[in-house]
Amino acid sequence: MPEPLLQVSGLHRTFGDVHAVDDVSFTLNEGASLGIVGGSGSGKTTTARIVVGLESADAGEVRVRGRVRPARLRGRARRLAGARQVQMVFQDPYLSLDPRTSAEDVLRETLRLHFPERDPVPRIRELLDQVGLGARAAEALPRQLSGGQRQRVAIARALAVEPEVLVLDEAVAALDVSVQAQILNLLADIREQTPIGYLFITHDLGVVRCVTDELLVMRHGRVVEAGPTSDVLAAPQHPYTRLLLDSVPHPGWDPGRIAEARQELAVSERSGATS
Amino acid sequence: MTPTPVPVLQVQDLRLTLPGTARPVLDGVDLTVGAGETVALVGESGSGKSLTSRTALGLLPPGAIASGTVRVEGEDTLTMSAARLRALRTGDVAMVFQDPRAALNPLRRIGDFLTEGLRAAGTKQEAATARAVELLDAVGLDASALGKYPSQVSGGMLQRVMIAAALMGDPSLLLADEPTTALDVVSQAEVIALLTKLRERFGTGLLFVTHDLDLAAAISDRVYVMYAGRIAETAPAETLFAGPRHPYTAALLASTPRPTAQGGRLAAIAGQPPDLRTTIEGCAFAERCPLATGLCRERAPEPLPDPARPGHLAACHHTDRLVAEGTPADA
Repeated sequence: MPEPLLQVSGLHRTFGDVHAVDDVSFTLNEGASLGIVGGSGSGKTTTARIVVGLESADAGEVRVRGRVRPARLRGRARRLAGARQVQMVFQDPYLSLDPRTSAEDVLRETLRLHFPERDPVPRIRELLDQVGLGARAAEALPRQLSGGQRQRVAIARALAVEPEVLVLDEAVAALDVSVQAQILNLLADIREQTPIGYLFITHDLGVVRCVTDELLVMRHGRVVEAGPTSDVLAAPQHPYTRLLLDSVPHPGWDPGRIAEARQELAVSERSGATS
Repeated sequence: MTPTPVPVLQVQDLRLTLPGTARPVLDGVDLTVGAGETVALVGESGSGKSLTSRTALGLLPPGAIASGTVRVEGEDTLTMSAARLRALRTGDVAMVFQDPRAALNPLRRIGDFLTEGLRAAGTKQEAATARAVELLDAVGLDASALGKYPSQVSGGMLQRVMIAAALMGDPSLLLADEPTTALDVVSQAEVIALLTKLRERFGTGLLFVTHDLDLAAAISDRVYVMYAGRIAETAPAETLFAGPRHPYTAALLASTPRPTAQGGRLAAIAGQPPDLRTTIEGCAFAERCPLATGLCRERAPEPLPDPARPGHLAACHHTDRLVAEGTPADA
């Protein structure tokens, strides 16, 4: 059995008296894609930020290919090595790109930082090609690009480092439906071409169906259900997973029933019927 | 549900031109919301859906030149006096925006915010507060919310406050611009349930602006699909969902990821919507359309009804081919 790409065990994190992440464990294998879904405040984003190193855990550990990923990366060489393990794509490409740097320049900078001995030019072309950006878009500043193009730049920048794990935090949530489909297809292509593993944080069960093969459902900081994406979506076991699925608008949708179901779930949780 | 003889909102041949653009940002929009009817206006960023809804309040971007008519209960907002517009905005028409935190003053209590419109219009404080408590109750919140600041309640609760605020003036038309986009799916369902219930109780006409076609189809009586400043298609929600007659609608439906679908690749629409700095000769969707022919690039199609269903209009030269050949594949 090969070593898992990413192994997260027993993560805990509290903010004040809120237990944001409560004993979260999961495994991501090479070339696999794991989704974490949940509502606002479920702890999915905090979990992702701990994996990336933007947040530290109170307890538990993150291993990449069997090696513990330290909570604090000290020193330039270690920080660079840490960045090559895990890269992140954020929700809002307006906020995550430098407004004064073109796509080509941001890739050149990233490549120079991580691979100073290599000629960046052919690799820049390869990356732009991989994410479907033309020469004109490559020279444009972020404000001259559309939302979809900007997210392509953010993905190219993350891939430039050749990371083992790509964490995508609501990476397609801000995009229009037609553009979102293009980016989801792009992510599927990249996964076919590279051994990269995806950790996909989203509230959108449709997106999860599309790009992940394993799924964790989180609520109040805890994992309430886990399994192959197709199984979890076809036959959800936990009432919260069922509630999430029923909440997705579909023909014959009854939002009034969902409001009641949420009440019932909250009541049963308070009485300790589900934990 | 068919529109009543006097619709609460009737937009006819609305054209809006902004400075520094090569073509009108709204190009001949026709749209009707009947009394008590829920109508969804669906489109992607830049399609003009928000601009269209805002004209019902007489809100135009700076430097905009408008033509056509936007009648609210028969009165045209484009030619209305400033005083009449003010009265319209405090009474007949109300709006709920996407981000409740951006629409509320964080330094003022929710009670203050709810009652200020009525107080400014001359209602006594006690009466305004009583109305606020009544509406908070209608949206599922108790009177304790009156003394709270926006930062003390969750996003879902704040959006309920916004809906209560919108109903304070007892409007005949409620404009909701992506009111659930910032919420998670469960909160979204709750807010929608609430809007549906309130519409039934108060008989308010609802124009629901969204980018989510599945949501639009699930909640509305009728749907308008907008593309590049034009109405591409309109139909009763169920009809549109089951049998789209415009290739853009069909492509949007096909590119929507759904939990019940097979995993894997989506049928994405190639390319991007046309830039406002370019002119459009024929159909705005022709560049991205798998059915496009020379005719589409020369002449803009008029919205024409389905012979079998007069309420189903599509602006497409090749709607027969779409129906015959089914959903266009990944282009």
